Amino acid sequence: MSLALVAFYVSAAILLLAALRVITARNPVHAVLWLVLAFFSAAALWLLLYAEFLAVVLVLVYVGAVMVLFLFVVMMLDINFDKLREGFWRHVPLAGGVGLLMAIEMTLVLASREAPSPGAPPAGYSNTKELGRILYTDYVFPFELAAVVLLVAIVAAIALTLRRRKETRYQDAATQLSATKAGRLKIVKDQGADGTGGGP
Amino acid sequence: MMEFAGTVQDAFRGWFGPVWGSHAWIFAKSLAGIVAVLVPLLLTVLYYQLVERWVIGWIQVRRGPNRVGWMGVLQPIADAIKLLLKERIVPSSASKGLFFLAPIVAVAPALAVWAVVPFSPGWVIANVDAGLLVVLAMASMGVYGIIIAGWASNSKYAFLGAMRSAAQVVAYEIAMGFALVGALMAGQSLNLTEIVMRQGGDWGFLEWFWLPLAPFLVVYFIAGLAETNRAPFDMAEGESELVAGFHVEYSGMSFAVFFLAEYANMILVSTLTSLLFFGGWLSPLDFAFLREVPLAGLLAAPGIHWLLVKIAFFMFLFLWVRASFPRYRYDQVMRLGWKVFIPVTLVWIAVTGVMMLEPLASTPPFSLWFGK
Repeated sequence: MSLALVAFYVSAAILLLAALRVITARNPVHAVLWLVLAFFSAAALWLLLYAEFLAVVLVLVYVGAVMVLFLFVVMMLDINFDKLREGFWRHVPLAGGVGLLMAIEMTLVLASREAPSPGAPPAGYSNTKELGRILYTDYVFPFELAAVVLLVAIVAAIALTLRRRKETRYQDAATQLSATKAGRLKIVKDQGADGTGGGP
Repeated sequence: MMEFAGTVQDAFRGWFGPVWGSHAWIFAKSLAGIVAVLVPLLLTVLYYQLVERWVIGWIQVRRGPNRVGWMGVLQPIADAIKLLLKERIVPSSASKGLFFLAPIVAVAPALAVWAVVPFSPGWVIANVDAGLLVVLAMASMGVYGIIIAGWASNSKYAFLGAMRSAAQVVAYEIAMGFALVGALMAGQSLNLTEIVMRQGGDWGFLEWFWLPLAPFLVVYFIAGLAETNRAPFDMAEGESELVAGFHVEYSGMSFAVFFLAEYANMILVSTLTSLLFFGGWLSPLDFAFLREVPLAGLLAAPGIHWLLVKIAFFMFLFLWVRASFPRYRYDQVMRLGWKVFIPVTLVWIAVTGVMMLEPLASTPPFSLWFGK
């Protein structure tokens, strides 16, 4: 057994365990953290397939950005566990059916063809460079289209959630920065209590 | 050096057999590299905080630590012993497992990222092709330690600190990423060694990327301050508002581990600034006419000492900034990140692209950086 195979089985075992814990963990924060571990193990599997760029991007995008926001939201939620578990058995048939359907679909796809594992790339081969070349030449239009769709999604998300509350007071940074001593400060000569200008 | 490595490799083959021998050799080589990087790093962390207290004392016209050992040089050792012997207190309503895990999650990426940092050509534990991406990925992992610590402590101050930090890191990571995009455009590679080598040439420090990428340099360093939660962006700790922020419930060694992660990250930001914008191990005096001059030629030669000098300068800058600026207000931090840095970097990415286009790229002064 080669070292790569050992690494594969260890990562795959951690991945399966973490994925199982995502759906069985009682606390949603723990579930999110297990999901982080699952992504990490998946990245390790991709590294074993010589897809180093995709592996690092998986960690960067999902672990570093998406899951942080997930965690952020889940921690802020006030979750009532009893209420969440209520009606579990009522939904089991539907959820089980959908799950079974997905499993059948994936089995059909995976069993229909045998994907050979990629051999070691030649020396000097850069996965990142190849991916960049293909994305910006052959697939430049689909790539740009995906970017525009994402941009629209960002704009839409902000537009949907943005509301200006009337009672909130906002600060205008430009006005604050343009404040000078002349506009704010006035030197007043002390006239004293009796108006003669002298001290007590 | 190479001969010695070959001999050791053969010895490993002899001990473990042909298949396991090469695995064991890779393992031993990586382990030796890790020790060679982490031991100096941890020693630097230990003494960085002493130097910090000296420098800030000096700036504020007071003495700083000077009692333990000569001039206080044993102060960090005394502090370490104190932290080691302190009781570890776990709040009764804390989430125990995560409370224990948080410091580890904080320090692991801060140390792991050093695997791809080169110190000289070939002096790197893993010469990864996508090195800059690994750096970004690890930097984005650092926030987990803070969030988990804040949540697991089950304390409102810790949680507020964690939430502030999460929002801040997410905001500045984007600007930081764009600044790094600029560096990889100019360096035409994601490999850190190649980015440094592309800054070499006949004109010494004028060849480095700090000149064409000046806005990125400024944004990167300030975003680095924000990412490491250092003053003036230390809202996550903000002792005047949140006691100590996310690590308020931590004591003894588990507190020390957070401390270590923060300082290791500061050194990392200093190192990356030196590598990406200041030519890494290249000499600032590497002018073509100077190389032939007998004694000055030595000054023009590249070497790890140049990198160390540059790192030390940026580490000093961290302390200088801390002693000079008051803490930002939270909404101003957000404004600076989203409304100033991101537009600035976006515009300068376009400008860099134009500078790299053909008629410009081969005309001076742009040929200095992009004509190679």
